[in-house]
Amino acid sequence: MDLTYTETEQAFRTQARKWLQANVPRGLRSGDTAEGFAQHVEWEKRLFDARWAVVSWPERYGGRDASLWEWLIFEEEYYRAGAPPRVTQNGIFLLAPTVFEYGTPQQQDAILPRMAAAEDLWCQGWSEPGAGSDLAATASRAVRDPAGGWRLTGQKTWTTRGAFCTHLFGLFRTDPASERHRGLTYFLVALDADGVTVRGFERLDGDEGFAEVFLEDVHVADDAILGGVGEGWRVAMSTTGSERGLTLRSPGRFMSAAERLIELAQARGSDVTPLLRDRIVQAWIDAEAYQLFTLGQVTKIADGGSPGAESSLNKVFWSELDIRLHATALDLLGAGAELDGPWMRGFLFALAGPIYAGTNEIQRNIIAERLLGLPRT
Amino acid sequence: MRFALSEDQRALRDGVRELLAGECPPALVRAAWTDPAAAARSLWAKLTALGIAGAAVPTARGGLGLAACDVVPLLEEAGRAAVPLPILETAFVAAPLLAQDAGATPALERLLAGELLVACALDGATGVPYGAIADLVLVSAGAADGLAVHVLDAGSACRPERSIDHARAVARLLTPPSVDRRPLALTHGERVAAWHRGVVGCAAELVGLGRTLLARTAAYVKERHQFGVPVGSFQAVKHHLADGLLALEFAAPAVLRAAWSIDRGCASVGRDAAMAKALASEAAERVARIALQCHGAIAYTTEYDLHLFAKRVWASSRTWGSAEWQRGRVAVALGLQLD
Ligand SMILES: Cc1cc2nc3c(=O)[nH]c(=O)nc-3n(C[C@H](O)[C@H](O)[C@H](O)COP(=O)(O)OP(=O)(O)OC[C@H]3O[C@@H](n4cnc5c(N)ncnc54)[C@H](O)[C@@H]3O)c2cc1C
Repeated sequence: MDLTYTETEQAFRTQARKWLQANVPRGLRSGDTAEGFAQHVEWEKRLFDARWAVVSWPERYGGRDASLWEWLIFEEEYYRAGAPPRVTQNGIFLLAPTVFEYGTPQQQDAILPRMAAAEDLWCQGWSEPGAGSDLAATASRAVRDPAGGWRLTGQKTWTTRGAFCTHLFGLFRTDPASERHRGLTYFLVALDADGVTVRGFERLDGDEGFAEVFLEDVHVADDAILGGVGEGWRVAMSTTGSERGLTLRSPGRFMSAAERLIELAQARGSDVTPLLRDRIVQAWIDAEAYQLFTLGQVTKIADGGSPGAESSLNKVFWSELDIRLHATALDLLGAGAELDGPWMRGFLFALAGPIYAGTNEIQRNIIAERLLGLPRT
Repeated sequence: MRFALSEDQRALRDGVRELLAGECPPALVRAAWTDPAAAARSLWAKLTALGIAGAAVPTARGGLGLAACDVVPLLEEAGRAAVPLPILETAFVAAPLLAQDAGATPALERLLAGELLVACALDGATGVPYGAIADLVLVSAGAADGLAVHVLDAGSACRPERSIDHARAVARLLTPPSVDRRPLALTHGERVAAWHRGVVGCAAELVGLGRTLLARTAAYVKERHQFGVPVGSFQAVKHHLADGLLALEFAAPAVLRAAWSIDRGCASVGRDAAMAKALASEAAERVARIALQCHGAIAYTTEYDLHLFAKRVWASSRTWGSAEWQRGRVAVALGLQLD
């Protein structure tokens, strides 16, 4: 046991903190609007130029070869500094780990530096009108083009920031006779290709954060496949593991929200009833508990293990914690909470947590079946 | 940074787990319901042979000199087996305190020899777990953080009472306790540290109890069939159990961290211990509820073993500060005092 950071890690923290303090932009519009997205991409480019965009990646792709511990430290500092949400997250946190694991060296060289530099902006094309929780019901298909490559047809939906991104990763059925998990292939598609139509639409908060992506006979080359024809399910599972677990939602985010909740309570002074105080403390404790849980998890990974189905524990815990945290803040604000402010926006976004990245009902099934060994239905 | 038990710590924990699996089966816990003293003595002799009595006593005073991070996992094991003994109170709270005061050497020596069980009434409550089978009882003349700690003869200081968990051999502290001797010669820091050890040790026991309740329930719902299928294949049952695992998995690291804070004398130790106990109490209570519900009526009988563990949870989750009281401590540490 050693719950202290080394001098090198502390120096890394100081360096990150200093840079963030001097550079974090204020007052950006929501990253789920066209104007705000462009502002956020500018910020991403600044992060990249200063080599803070992808700290855990190899230097040759614009990273710092930072350890997982340093990555956690960076995340902590990032949220503590009140820095903007990462509009590149679906690329750098979800697709990239899969590219590192399954991509050919050529694919890695072609995809990763442009992703890190926020030149290519990736969205996630899992969900379809008929395939939400049941991802294996994917109906979009890909057929071989006799002249080479593949032709993709189908519809993706709920695609986060699809209207603003340049590229999409998703599953397509390459074996028309196949069912369920078999016969799926993981494709990478440029959204400016002929035959792609993107229609953005509003999310709960009124921003155009969602999109439908229609593909009609869209041609892609052979190297648009990640991990082999028919291997899509296995490859996709590595992305969803990242999404549920640590990489998408590091503890720094919730710890800084809990700190802000406490500041809010201190500012409200005598408005804080004993009941509310108890909920605030509970929210703070839970954020701290999430942090401690992830320290154990990172230790396991550093020892060569992999979190596997445990990432479902992360997912349920962080998403429900996020709602409690924000709901408590709204109750502290009282009647004024309805105003379109950061806590209400945060609350609306938190409400999506138990839905995206695999609903919490699905996660609880996984926890019961894979961690407790209960029979599958 | 490394947040996991070392190999030595795991080996020690596994040794105790193995010993308790053999020596403290539910049948022994059940036997403690009718004769708590006899069950306690035989088990304590075996644990003393391992050195558990002096686990947290410095080697210079004849103990093993183990740190909180070594001992806390053992207390989780004690909870897992629902050990019907004041092992926390004797080995983790009292023994290091007695070791601080040269005047208490005779008592310490008897404790290390396994001849002495000590109960604690440091949380200001008048109910003393194991007071009816202990030889000594530590009482604090003051608030929870302990003003002065007195060592009393349990026989004359307490009157046996009936807990819902008969194996806890609860006694009531006679009011006012006849404190006729001088208190232990302790610094304020030593008294506070003893309180923290009690809080964190109790939290560890609760996590252990929760783990047993959850494991037993998971095993049961795989075996029990209704409608032609195991009841564990029903999603409502699955989700209950998933919630139980979530509660435990996010409480256990907080308990271990609190042990680390004790060992390091961190400034945040009070907050960390309070948070650990709040999470552990709530997790154990939650799992006990889930265990009962997912078993159905069979768990609602004393003929079935589950109640031995569930009642220990209900009996102990509010000692050393209830979850809500502990959250109050965290609130103060976070600067959230009420006016
Ligand atoms: C803010 C947000 C952003 C998103 N971003 C993206 C994105 O970028 N890319 C993308 O591909 N998708 C995205 N999604 C979609 C998301 O992945 C899906 O919403 C999710 O997989 C659930 O699918 P569904 O909405 O069709 O719900 P359904 O699957 O229809 O589920 C409806 C309800 O039934 C329950 N249910 C379904 N199956 C089971 C079962 N087996 N057991 C128990 N209960 C069950 C669900 O838990 C849920 O409560 C996003 C969603 C949101 C809210």
